[in-house]
Amino acid sequence: MRRPWARAAAVQAACVAITLFMAVPMYLIALAALSSRESLNRFPLPLLPTDLSTETMSAFLRSTGVVPAFLNSLQVGLGTLVLSLLVGVPAGWALARYAFRGKEPYQLFLLLTRALPIVVLSVPLAKVFLTSGLYDTTYAVTLLHTALALPTTVLITAAVFVGVPRDQEEAAMIFGATPVQAFLRVVVPQALPGVAAAAMFAFVLSWNEVLGATILTLNQRTLPAQVLSTLSDSPLAYRFAGGLALVLPALLFIALMRRYLLNMWGATLR
Amino acid sequence: MTELADQPVLRERPDRPAPRRPARRVPTPVLLIAPSLIFMTALFVWPTVVAVGQAFTGDDGPTAAYVRRMVDDPSFWPAVRYTALLIVVLIPIQFAFALTMALLLRERPRFAGVYFYLWVVPLAISDLAAGLVWLSIFTDRGYLNSVLDHLGVAGYSWLQFDHPVTMFLAVMVAELWRATSLVLVIVVAGLQGIPKDYDEAAAVFGATYWQRLRHVLLPQLRPSLQVAVILRTILALQTFAVAQALTGRNLPLLVGETYRWYNALLNPNVAAALALVVLGVSLLAAAGYLRLLREHPEARG
Repeated sequence: MRRPWARAAAVQAACVAITLFMAVPMYLIALAALSSRESLNRFPLPLLPTDLSTETMSAFLRSTGVVPAFLNSLQVGLGTLVLSLLVGVPAGWALARYAFRGKEPYQLFLLLTRALPIVVLSVPLAKVFLTSGLYDTTYAVTLLHTALALPTTVLITAAVFVGVPRDQEEAAMIFGATPVQAFLRVVVPQALPGVAAAAMFAFVLSWNEVLGATILTLNQRTLPAQVLSTLSDSPLAYRFAGGLALVLPALLFIALMRRYLLNMWGATLR
Repeated sequence: MTELADQPVLRERPDRPAPRRPARRVPTPVLLIAPSLIFMTALFVWPTVVAVGQAFTGDDGPTAAYVRRMVDDPSFWPAVRYTALLIVVLIPIQFAFALTMALLLRERPRFAGVYFYLWVVPLAISDLAAGLVWLSIFTDRGYLNSVLDHLGVAGYSWLQFDHPVTMFLAVMVAELWRATSLVLVIVVAGLQGIPKDYDEAAAVFGATYWQRLRHVLLPQLRPSLQVAVILRTILALQTFAVAQALTGRNLPLLVGETYRWYNALLNPNVAAALALVVLGVSLLAAAGYLRLLREHPEARG
């Protein structure tokens, strides 16, 4: 048997190594995007932030279509969040609290739709949207992203509602609460973090989705679609800046989620 | 909620007769799931039907011309090969990596919160962004070659079109970096569901760490691992933007080819045929998933 401190040291070393693998690329893309053009042309590239400048980033932000694409991304993401919760939460509640005929087939249908690749939906949807006039609108992309997020929203919210003990709800009603009060005061507070996680999941899925957004739009690009479609004829500096612009929201999002992540994780270690 | 109201035993309301369930009425749960059912039928089933139409009907009736054109394209079989290779090589490495991470966190090291945060950040990073991040490292005058230069080693054109091995490795490292966090979260959630008693009992009876891992932990983790394998297989099949950002079209993958047929060659019919190939393989994986659920209903999720 190894000594406890040796074991702890080995665990620390492994953790640090993995963290470096995860964090160094993020540091490097930030460094690249915040370097001046001139220092990006140098070789070897400086590895320390000695020559920071906002030149590359601001050139990216000033390029045609980037700011509108950013706004489109925001609009599509929020639309996806709202729509997937509106449609998904009731279904999640039904799955968690009712036994009904067709429940099994419905769940299988949900799982099956998760297996449908985005590309299978995008190509024919482009045709459908072209004939219905929705093509090249943010609504088209919102619908696609909601469809992609919905199965997961339903499954996450169902799991969340299952986790709220039925007994507590019933106890509240024994003490005189109406079903609505019991729902609002017992179920909602306990379910909120999980539902928030489902909401963020929908937003991030939409924010990150590239292929469908590119296929369904020409001018109303979302940010990833804009970056992808201009990828082949843009300089490296533009691509690095685009990379950082796409990574930064991820850092923000996980930081926002952190409370829930740590909560979930705290439950693991209990 | 209505269902709860239907249980008069729980509510002391003698002034009102116990409500009876009306004989013929649309049941509440059906009302609750109906919107999602309609929505998904409209956006999943319908497009799939349209895709089959696009791939197999020409101007004059059914045709296999598009399928033939897809198969005859010189990039088709390389794309199939690289996609399959990516799945076969990447997924085992990814699972070993994710398991290691989860087990390390289980040791409750100091700064575990910080580690967990940094390890799951890629959950929110898109495949395109991951490709661009690693492009800054692997490109000819990028950071990897800069480091090599500092060390006095000659650089290498990792992403050049006639270096398929390093190109493939670059895509794989980027995917490993980006997508392992998904497996990590599933595994951590799976570990959450395992009571510590078994593991502690095994430890009390003198089992070593590896014995406990092999005979206690992994068997209990099996359902989550299987779900994660199938999800990751389906997602890995769709790998696209990472390769696009790193190699352009030099490393063909199935979804990348679909994008090219649609976007560059303006042929939605062949694109639809390719999409159906991806769908077919995904459905095979999904069938495995469903079968697994029949065997272990607890794996749902």
